[in-house]
Amino acid sequence: MAAAKTTPITRLLAGHAGPVAVLGLAFLGLWYAGAVWLNADLQIDAFARAGTDWGFSDLVAGTWAQERPLLPAPHQVLAEMWKTIAETGITSKRSLVFHGWVTLSSTLLGFAAGTLLGILLAVGIVHVRVLEKSLMPWIIASQTIPILAVAPMVIVVLGAIGLKGLIPKAVISTYLCFFPVAIGMVKGLRAPDLLQLDLMWTYSASARQTFFYLRWPTALPFLFAGLKVAISISLVGAIIAELPTGAQAGLGARLLAGSYYGQTIQIWSALVTAALMAALLVALMGGIERQVARLMGARP
Amino acid sequence: MAAKVVDIRGLSLTFATKDGPVYALSEIDLTIRRGEFVSFIGPSGCGKTTLLRVIADLEKSTGGSIAINGLSPEDARLQRAYGYVFQAPALYPWRNIERNVTLPLEIMGMPRAERQARARKYLDLVNLGGFERKFPWQLSGGMQQRASIARALSFEPDLLLMDEPFGALDEIVRDHLNEQLLRLWDKTEKTVVFVTHSIPEAVFLSSKIVVMSPRPGRIIDVIETDFPRDRSLDIRETPEFLKIAHRVREGLRAGHAYED
Repeated sequence: MAAAKTTPITRLLAGHAGPVAVLGLAFLGLWYAGAVWLNADLQIDAFARAGTDWGFSDLVAGTWAQERPLLPAPHQVLAEMWKTIAETGITSKRSLVFHGWVTLSSTLLGFAAGTLLGILLAVGIVHVRVLEKSLMPWIIASQTIPILAVAPMVIVVLGAIGLKGLIPKAVISTYLCFFPVAIGMVKGLRAPDLLQLDLMWTYSASARQTFFYLRWPTALPFLFAGLKVAISISLVGAIIAELPTGAQAGLGARLLAGSYYGQTIQIWSALVTAALMAALLVALMGGIERQVARLMGARP
Repeated sequence: MAAKVVDIRGLSLTFATKDGPVYALSEIDLTIRRGEFVSFIGPSGCGKTTLLRVIADLEKSTGGSIAINGLSPEDARLQRAYGYVFQAPALYPWRNIERNVTLPLEIMGMPRAERQARARKYLDLVNLGGFERKFPWQLSGGMQQRASIARALSFEPDLLLMDEPFGALDEIVRDHLNEQLLRLWDKTEKTVVFVTHSIPEAVFLSSKIVVMSPRPGRIIDVIETDFPRDRSLDIRETPEFLKIAHRVREGLRAGHAYED
């Protein structure tokens, strides 16, 4: 390409940051416009009740500052998040850090258990022919059950045998996140090509050696692809598990309480916090993946 | 006379397929003695690779007998009697070159220091000294194949089985590696069984050329050559070389005429 002038703008657009920022701004614009549109009726009613005259700018300002808007404006959500994350003590029931940690802890526990379960299932399926035939249909069927319907039952049943709090929520997360791990690992453990397997055979390597020297390293990229899906749906699972039982703490409980009392700003700030947490967790997985790939000599 | 390393009598291998049996190998008789360099040559489908894989216990014969150092192929494999070099380098991409070469040694439980010494020795032998820390993708195809030869040599098997190891390389690299391989064979007195479909390669390298023909895969000629062990590429211009190459070509042609 000819030496095009590099302005800050062209440099910005060439990287990731530029396009992402442009999309983000467009999204924010739509959000603000949507807030005006959805909250306008309420605001016009309010003006009418107060008997004040109003112009378009009054309407816009009003729709972005309601106490219980249909759709809160981004800055309202941010202000609420600032208040409940930074300005509230983390032991307070009003702190999003507290609720976020409650959800995160069961997310991570469920993720760890689901990953372990997924890997064990995949190892079994790849090495034992009977397991492949018998397990695979059940694994796939398990994911067709709507988790929203099953979660309350699981939590009630587990509660009846004395398991409350963290464990039942982690069970729901485990149930969701073992699936991508198992499917990815089955594919990954079968990924070595015939030549690489023949090589192990000529060395008279045991099944165990073939697993650790060949199948496991070959499967790692597949594992990470599964883990990135698993960690985010593990978070979804933890939040869903907090919804049906009237949990006292967690982002799900926060969502539920917000909707009981029409606190839309609270709902949205919990939602945005959950989304940020998911993004951070996936980014963390991506970072670990890159680090592992580097150690395994991947082409940069 | 040197000891028999491979002794094959009336061996056959039939694959059962949906469309009926495929006779991959039929009535193979072959003796390979210690220190020989034996090439299997023939068109694709003649069973040359299959025969090598039977020797390596990668395929099971369905008739006749085969002994490797007097043992069954399976027992010979379990004793790690041979090193196998495949058509592709088949290096493990997540291991650097040294750790690829030491892979069989790790599996066999050799201590670390000894493994590294072996890797150094055989990487030097194939002119890859200094590349220990590189990963496979950082090496050219020829260098990768040399690394895979070092890997096969690392546990010092007396028998080297090579399945078209230089088939994917260009002719200049191939000539060079052929010379290196001959020198290695001359120095180490290993027995080499080498599959190829190149007539000059077979004639240049071998002390014995086994000409094979397809459907069913069988041996149609066995040619002993008596070039010196330290021959150079120049022998390819000699009348003797051309005579043997001609005989191999005639054999291959006869094998095909049988079809028509």
